[in-house]
Amino acid sequence: MALSGLQIFKLLPKTNCKECGQATCMAFAMQLAAGKAELDKCPYVSDEAKAELGEASAPPVRKVTIGTGDMAVTIGEETVLYRHEKRFEHMPGLGVLITGDMDDGEVDSLLEQLKQQEFNYVGQTLRPRVAAIKADDGARLAELAARADEKAGAALVLINEDAAALKAAAEPLKGKKPLLYAATGANYDDVAAVAGELDVPFAIKADSLEKLAELGQKAIDADFKEVVLDPSSATLGDVLMDQTLIRRAAVKQTFRALGFPTIGFPCDMTDDKMQEAVFAATFIAKYAGIVILSDLDPARVMPLLYLSQNIYTDPQRPMQMDQGVYPINDPNKDSPILVTTNFSLTYFTVSSEVEASKVPAWLCIMDVEGQSVLTAWAAGKFVADAIAPFIKKSGIEEKAPHKKITIPGYVAQISGELEEELGDGWEVQVGVREAADIPKYLRQMSKN
Amino acid sequence: MSFQPHLEKCKGSIREVAVGAEGRIGGESTFPFHLWEGEMPNAPMIAMEVYDEPQPDWPEAVRKVYEGVMDDPVAWAKKCQDELKADAVCLQLRSIDPNGTDASADEAAETVKKVTAVLDIPVFVYGTGSADKDADVLKKIAEALPDENIPLGPVDDSNHRLVGAAAMGYKKPVIAFTSMDVNLAKQLNVLLVQLGVPEDKVIVDPTTGALGYGLEYCYSIMERDRLAALLQGDDKMQMPIFNNLAPETWKAKESRVSEEEEPTYGDVETRGILWEAITATTLLLSGTDVLVMRHPRAVELVRTAIEGLQAQSKEQLNNE
Ligand code: SF4
Repeated sequence: MALSGLQIFKLLPKTNCKECGQATCMAFAMQLAAGKAELDKCPYVSDEAKAELGEASAPPVRKVTIGTGDMAVTIGEETVLYRHEKRFEHMPGLGVLITGDMDDGEVDSLLEQLKQQEFNYVGQTLRPRVAAIKADDGARLAELAARADEKAGAALVLINEDAAALKAAAEPLKGKKPLLYAATGANYDDVAAVAGELDVPFAIKADSLEKLAELGQKAIDADFKEVVLDPSSATLGDVLMDQTLIRRAAVKQTFRALGFPTIGFPCDMTDDKMQEAVFAATFIAKYAGIVILSDLDPARVMPLLYLSQNIYTDPQRPMQMDQGVYPINDPNKDSPILVTTNFSLTYFTVSSEVEASKVPAWLCIMDVEGQSVLTAWAAGKFVADAIAPFIKKSGIEEKAPHKKITIPGYVAQISGELEEELGDGWEVQVGVREAADIPKYLRQMSKN
Repeated sequence: MSFQPHLEKCKGSIREVAVGAEGRIGGESTFPFHLWEGEMPNAPMIAMEVYDEPQPDWPEAVRKVYEGVMDDPVAWAKKCQDELKADAVCLQLRSIDPNGTDASADEAAETVKKVTAVLDIPVFVYGTGSADKDADVLKKIAEALPDENIPLGPVDDSNHRLVGAAAMGYKKPVIAFTSMDVNLAKQLNVLLVQLGVPEDKVIVDPTTGALGYGLEYCYSIMERDRLAALLQGDDKMQMPIFNNLAPETWKAKESRVSEEEEPTYGDVETRGILWEAITATTLLLSGTDVLVMRHPRAVELVRTAIEGLQAQSKEQLNNE
């Protein structure tokens, strides 16, 4: 059972030497209790204390890292079932399946895509990072693994049933932490031995949670920490059930044998590429750590990466933006001025459209307690005699003294009144109602 | 130590609401698709959109599907039922928008009458979110179609008395709309029930955010709704959930911008369809009961996902 911070503190050296990175042993104890630190960080714990604490200090879902550098994928360390309780820790690693029967041209173009593909969304760079290499022939497996490492620097999953083949492919790349896939009831001892020898993570796979837990317990008994689970779910319903029961086992039951992140293969569930993306979405929403696709068509990868970001973003992220003037596309004194409310979704939508238009503009975001334009208008917050003083105080007149401002199309009716309230030669223009029409509007405006 | 899965025992269940002549939504006694520990008697219903005026600004991918029927809501509705095999239709009354065409309540009621006359499947009727006008129109529709079991929405805290009274008088379900907030959602349910609207005639619209545009807020609000309804047994939260997602996903930049403009984004049609289908699938997992959808291919993808989610090998659990 989990120990409290105080119980853990009693087992520490109490010298406050700071080598663990914490100011005091007590602080370190609290971190351990919260599952936020690893006991290994303190070089002075006694072996007895270690044995006692080992169980308590590990996070309910173990941390596993595959790959190195920019392409490294870290998964696990999750502590909850629902994202509103606490932010989900690590976005799943998305990747592509490369098989032994593909010709070199196909392999290289997938690797090139894996290397190049990235999307920018709300200030984050999202990208796939994993190459899952599957080849029955051991030499081909090793060759493709080396190629994926060399050309894309990918985080690798090596797929073969034969421990010797896995060893041959993984050995030259062991510093890159490839994931060996998979140890099953039939080959567990051999695969685990290779993982231990090379010090790389490995996956365990079974067709029921009970058998999976037996293998997980074996791994724990041998002190393996970096293990990934594949419950080999047959249907989408089984994916939901297995992923949910595994996560519950880890966080509600502190059942260590299933306290590891998971891997899923939507690429094997259907031949319909769009259906595959929909299945992959289920893995992403429901706790999977690594998700393997059959190719990297950007029209399918992009929504899946966005979904990962959405599900793993901090639920405490406020729905409001700070009031102020936001420059977009490097505006100058002649650039158009737009005003809208500080509801974060309004802001994201409008700013992404302005950005897409490539027209430089000033976006004035007014604090209306995070309401959308229509709601704020109806509540008397986004109205002429509130907007005018905000604009005057915002400092926009120094940045762009042209005295022309565009209001959202939904509040067209306030334009006259706002002109009066602003006075001083201000001109109010009525913009579009839907953010999607902003680029057209701005481009037209910049032509005039 | 052998593994015993942790099964959740729910105190409450979601109310079953009758829609149309034979439709049923809700009724779950467990979390979405947790069929290994509870019942989900009705699969989530997909209501395909019909608009009462043409939508020239839609992206090509959806415009071409509805090309010949855009100016005729009756033909559009029949296409959804007969050709696209929709479970239900959601009639989006865009024409009543006071800032747009501003059609009258009588005109809107006439359209609803014509549409319901040709359909056997359930019809949901949705206004534009302008509280006063919606109240006018929805009230008129309730009066004009006394015998049709059509859910009417959106009803919010400012027009719930007017619409609620009409809905009660004519036994219509209402769709209670609140803006991404669990407590406000509960409060509006309480207000409607206090007014006298039967508890099994209330459906909840928690506000739907598209993928990339607030989906996660809506996802967590729905999860919290379901935790309150099922685990805590809060009977003011045990209403089926309605997600009006298509208008949101199809206005997202990522569903519209062409591959020529954004060469790294890939095919725009695939992207638009998946934006809708992935948003819908995520909502399936957080507890939706009605998905309002637009593209037939996206509908097909989500139907297959629903069938897939219903297929579970329960025998692998030693249940007790
Ligand atoms: S390294 Fe160990 S002994 Fe030193 S402060 Fe941290 S917990 Fe205490």
